[in-house]
Amino acid sequence: MSDVALPSSGPASAPPSGQTNQRELKRDARRERFVLFSLCSPALLLVLIIMVLPVGWLFWLSFLGEDGNFTLENYQRMVESKSYARIFRNTFEVSLLTTAICILIGYPLAYFLSQLPRRTANLCMITVLLPFWTSLLVRTYAWLVLLQRRGVINEWGMDIGLWDEPIKLVHNLTGTLIGMVHIMLPFLILPVYGSMRAIDRDYLKAAANLGASPTQAFWRVFFPLSLPGLFAGSLIVFVLCLGFFVTPAVLGGGKVIMVSMRIATNIELFFNWGAASALGVVLLVLTLVILGVASRVLKFDQLLGGGHGS
Amino acid sequence: MKWFSRPASETQITNGQRLWLYVVAWLVMIFLLAPTVIVIPMSFSDSQYLEFPPRVWSFRWYEHYFGSPAWMQATATSLKAGVLTMLVATPIGVMAAYGLFVSKMRAASLIFLILVMPIMVPVILVAIGVFYVYVKVSLVNSLLGLVLAHSILAIPLVVVVVSSALKSYDMNQEMAARSLGASRFKAFMVITLPQIRFSVITSALLSFLTSFDEVIVAMFVSGGENSTLTRNMFNALRDQIDPTIASISTIMIIVSTSLLILAQAFGKSDNES
Repeated sequence: MSDVALPSSGPASAPPSGQTNQRELKRDARRERFVLFSLCSPALLLVLIIMVLPVGWLFWLSFLGEDGNFTLENYQRMVESKSYARIFRNTFEVSLLTTAICILIGYPLAYFLSQLPRRTANLCMITVLLPFWTSLLVRTYAWLVLLQRRGVINEWGMDIGLWDEPIKLVHNLTGTLIGMVHIMLPFLILPVYGSMRAIDRDYLKAAANLGASPTQAFWRVFFPLSLPGLFAGSLIVFVLCLGFFVTPAVLGGGKVIMVSMRIATNIELFFNWGAASALGVVLLVLTLVILGVASRVLKFDQLLGGGHGS
Repeated sequence: MKWFSRPASETQITNGQRLWLYVVAWLVMIFLLAPTVIVIPMSFSDSQYLEFPPRVWSFRWYEHYFGSPAWMQATATSLKAGVLTMLVATPIGVMAAYGLFVSKMRAASLIFLILVMPIMVPVILVAIGVFYVYVKVSLVNSLLGLVLAHSILAIPLVVVVVSSALKSYDMNQEMAARSLGASRFKAFMVITLPQIRFSVITSALLSFLTSFDEVIVAMFVSGGENSTLTRNMFNALRDQIDPTIASISTIMIIVSTSLLILAQAFGKSDNES
């Protein structure tokens, strides 16, 4: 839109010579750019001061020892200590499991929804959007109440006769996974649903016309076309899981320790800024690398567009 | 049962063959709704151990919530922070989205990347970073500090939502207004803003919710008389299951559901226009 600059050039007086005209236009375009840039600056300044600066500071802190000198010990500790290795393994396991379960149960639901008539689909979409808009803490609390020893699930399970003793559903990995899958599912379903809706049904008819069975048509035509959405959704879920804090802290009962929980205890209990910062830097780098690799494959706004507001 | 042997559509297997799909879809939808739906009646239970369905109904936990000065103060803080975050993040987010859309600067995509950064960086890192800086400038436990931190979490949502609305907006309309003598500002207010108003409203609602529901940043930078509702809930959850939280949860569910309905209502008219 290079012609945006034109209207602000004001009422034209006597036609200027070609050169002056060029110069005026250039000056105008420059002024225009400046005005537009200043529109971004409040937001930019706020993000730079409140986020980029502090995170940069943490980066610096992660290289300082207790005596204030430059050291790599905060990173060395992470490589050497078994407890840190366990935390990272734990975080990856929980994130992978959550993502896998989300794909397994989210893909069929998105497929089902994408085939309903618009009106019905929008109605069913409420089941996906309502949890999405409900506070994460409230949903975590709800699962805590449902899954506890004397909770609804245990009472009903015993009433129906599925099990005799109350089983431990919360304060362990099971509870954490149930809660995290519940919170992450909308992030998977929304982009997958979007990409499925965009698939032209005529492709499937063409496939059938060429002799494909319904199953073949699904796996060889429909499924590959839905992959970008599935990929974007799984990626968001995985990356968000890596940084998860509230749900594992409440539902994990101390048995599931994620990186972000360790960062918090390092600050709250040990006031160890170096160690916490180093963990944070590693978490950040992991997240950015995953997103960076993904954005080479996917368009960036595809990653974000599936989220809120759709 | 004709339905079972009928193909789901011309190119698909029969409904009977994919019965499992319907079962899975319904189970997942129930799974998604269950916790929210079950907590509401539970909050009216009279028992210390929240029952479902409650044997004796009562407003006990609501009385407890509304009678507690600590909970009331936390609620007021959260509401104030939410509204102020909305008032800060929405205008500057809309300005940024507009600036990025109109200018074809080479730096535009870089600026966009920086502006959406806060939703990609793990929140815990933002929280401790902000905490560290706030200690130095003594903004810890202040409403101002909380609002600024929440605003940067809300800005990415505003920028993304408004940018996507601008994509389908025809900028020539604004140019027409300006060639007829309107200033850039006036052209934006009179021509552009009314056409993207629904996404602006949606992003304002999202900004409010971002702040109102936020736990981790609030845990570090809010405290004392400026403790937020979610911070107090989270601390209460770590100790024991306090039934009062069920009543607060119910109220929060009602708040977010009404906001969702509002956004859907506006969103619909955005698509039609």
